Amino acid sequence: MHLTKEEERILEGEEGWTKKKAMEILVAIGDINHASELIPIKSAHVSGVSYKTIGEAFEFVNSLEGTVKVESTLNPIGMDIEKWDEMGISIDFAIKQEKVLAAYKKLGISAECTCVPYLIGNAPDKGEHLAWAESSAVLYANSVLGARTNMEGAPSALAAALIGKTPSYGLHQPENREPEIRVCVKCNLADADYSALGFLIGNLVGDKIPLIELFSSSSVSSPSKDELKHLSAAIGATGSVGMYHIKGITPEAGVEAGAEETESKLSEEKIEIEKNDIEEFYIENNEPDVIAVGCPHCSSCELTRIYELLKAEGKRRKVRRDFFIFTARAIEQSVQTQRIVEKIENFGVKVICDTCFVVSPAFENYDCVLTNSGKMLRYVPLLCGGANARLCNTKECVKEAF
Amino acid sequence: MKIKGRSISKGVATGEALISKQKISFLGAVDPATGIIVDKSLDVYGKEITNRILIFPGGKGSTVGSYIIYLLKKHGKSPCAMISHRADTIVAVGAIIAEIPVVDSLEIDPIEGELIQDGQEVLVNGTGGYIEF
Repeated sequence: MHLTKEEERILEGEEGWTKKKAMEILVAIGDINHASELIPIKSAHVSGVSYKTIGEAFEFVNSLEGTVKVESTLNPIGMDIEKWDEMGISIDFAIKQEKVLAAYKKLGISAECTCVPYLIGNAPDKGEHLAWAESSAVLYANSVLGARTNMEGAPSALAAALIGKTPSYGLHQPENREPEIRVCVKCNLADADYSALGFLIGNLVGDKIPLIELFSSSSVSSPSKDELKHLSAAIGATGSVGMYHIKGITPEAGVEAGAEETESKLSEEKIEIEKNDIEEFYIENNEPDVIAVGCPHCSSCELTRIYELLKAEGKRRKVRRDFFIFTARAIEQSVQTQRIVEKIENFGVKVICDTCFVVSPAFENYDCVLTNSGKMLRYVPLLCGGANARLCNTKECVKEAF
Repeated sequence: MKIKGRSISKGVATGEALISKQKISFLGAVDPATGIIVDKSLDVYGKEITNRILIFPGGKGSTVGSYIIYLLKKHGKSPCAMISHRADTIVAVGAIIAEIPVVDSLEIDPIEGELIQDGQEVLVNGTGGYIEF
């Protein structure tokens, strides 16, 4: 990889150990992936923040000095910064978690801990280069916002933040962003159907960029931003691809001058998704003992909808099952949402910020989780003390709570 | 014998080879507190990687694996160097932050060529990008 004189100096350690380490990481990744150069990034999004996942390795972060060069946000941590005690988090965990957070804050990274940076102000424009970890946000940024980022790991996103650059390879280059496999959806979709679809697509395409052809008829509206968020999260959970195309949504889909040529790059292989492929996800196998939504973190639109559903289903009763909603603090505290959150909590539902069901140790004593998230469907069985997860749409989630 | 490769992580170390023919997911496969390989599906299951020269095809799995390599070093349980067929970002980044020398893309593959035996003494020069045995 070609380095500028300034980059060489940093690699030699002339600007200190932290930047030297960061540059070594970027150069190694660039060399491994045959990048030609480093390119400036608009923002970074760093994972590896929950003490549950990073553990004592946060001492590496703690050993770093200086400040990040670009706007940088953090993934969810292992607890609500304010309500950790109420969540049943041990004081020992809380102290360690606060140390981890402090190590990142010291570097000038925003302490907003969320998996939806694009909903709280770290929203890139089309064509901007980023270094984001958090697969759901990577897929959303590339496919919906038209920004350009590879699927970074925790240390590589941090290294990019400290240098303000990332190696140019993979999804930073237009020729690597073209669709490779066609996925034809033969039925209407709504709500958690997009989680199911993403779960299937991730499993089926592996690392090939899919062109998703949604069922189109005049009566069907295109997917909402929240549905695209769930689609992105589920594809990221089961697949290893960082982008998809949907015509009319993905800025690059079919609008480039070489659109026909693009189509010809698609392999002969075509995946068809039928209605029963989606419906198989909703088999009622286990009785849920907890309901969890907000993976990725709920938008204010979703919070409003959940409140409307609670009002309609609850008829002033309180929920009889544990019901958790996860969101970003900035969303919870926005003027339009604050009052809704209060009203949601009046139903006995708990709205939790900064963390989520999967990265917090507070939710490891359940047997079956009901959720609208395809990402949870994948990770709950692996990371939540042996619990099962069951998918259903948001309305059913609320219904089952009473 | 000296074989040239590519420098991935700088530094020089000498130790006894520990050879695996399989990719290793550091998160879950290696206990960071003991350096013992706990993944039963691996050919090196039950062995300790501490102070060995780990020779293997590369890493796989979660990117948290980089931090596991760092933790191994912090606990004094890391390999003293690694040689991989094609280094992946998990192993490369982990080795860089843990400051463990790594060389990859050797001109002659030591695993396929059966040039190195398990337990044989090997020198890894991560700065110069070569190995010697």
